[in-house]
Amino acid sequence: METKTVHKWLWVWDFDKEEDWLNEMAQEGWALESVGFCTYTFRRCEPGEYIIRLEMRSKDQDYEDFLRETGAELIGRVFLWIYCRRKAEYGPFDLFSDIDSKIAHLQRICRVLWIAGLANLLIGLANSLNPGFWPSWINLLCATLLMYGLGRIQGKKEALEKERRLHE
Amino acid sequence: MRDTPALTEATYYILLSLVTPQHGYGIMQQTEALSLGRVRLAAGTLYGALSALCDKGWIRPLSAEDAGRRKEYCLTDKGMEILKNEVARLRELADNGEAILGKENGDGDQNRT
Repeated sequence: METKTVHKWLWVWDFDKEEDWLNEMAQEGWALESVGFCTYTFRRCEPGEYIIRLEMRSKDQDYEDFLRETGAELIGRVFLWIYCRRKAEYGPFDLFSDIDSKIAHLQRICRVLWIAGLANLLIGLANSLNPGFWPSWINLLCATLLMYGLGRIQGKKEALEKERRLHE
Repeated sequence: MRDTPALTEATYYILLSLVTPQHGYGIMQQTEALSLGRVRLAAGTLYGALSALCDKGWIRPLSAEDAGRRKEYCLTDKGMEILKNEVARLRELADNGEAILGKENGDGDQNRT
């Protein structure tokens, strides 16, 4: 079966764009088959055969079994992100069907970015006071990016919270 | 009279589906069938709702021996009480709506001045 591998860098705050891109690929007849750090491997499929979804969630065997039970296949896991797909013939496929669970998902992403950002900031500061082998600017750059990402996800979360208030 | 707020549609249909023990995918299918496709529960949302409802003690997982391979859930006595209260509340809403709209439609000419 024909496969192709694409290397692509995507920012964590653009995870919805990443999902859109993977679904466009599936529409064009390329189903995501496996996933690694910045590496996506696709296999030829019928155009529109699969719907792809991704989600940040810490490792939870129960949840993975639950997903399989609903007809979804787990494609892979990169850090805390899980990638899954389901055949489109089973009907629309989403991981979140209400605004509260979408907000909770963004909240989980915020928490991880916040912890990782803070850790990089502290390590960067400690290294700049006590210069060693590892240059501190790398950690400070990471901290800046993670905090930027946090702001972007926070913005998405606030937009949903505003929407929830309107519909209550 | 009531100590719980109105249930969301998702919660209502989950409880209703669990009057007889059911696994996760069964809840999704039953909810969709009962609401004629209007209410769809996604896996992540349902998974979160099930654990929240277990924490509240409205539903409980069946022990592994009863359930087999898939994890099944059923309503607790408390969950059944909540569900019955909700049905009564919804009936009141619907009855009031029909009473007032029915009157308007039925003898609307007399009511409008």
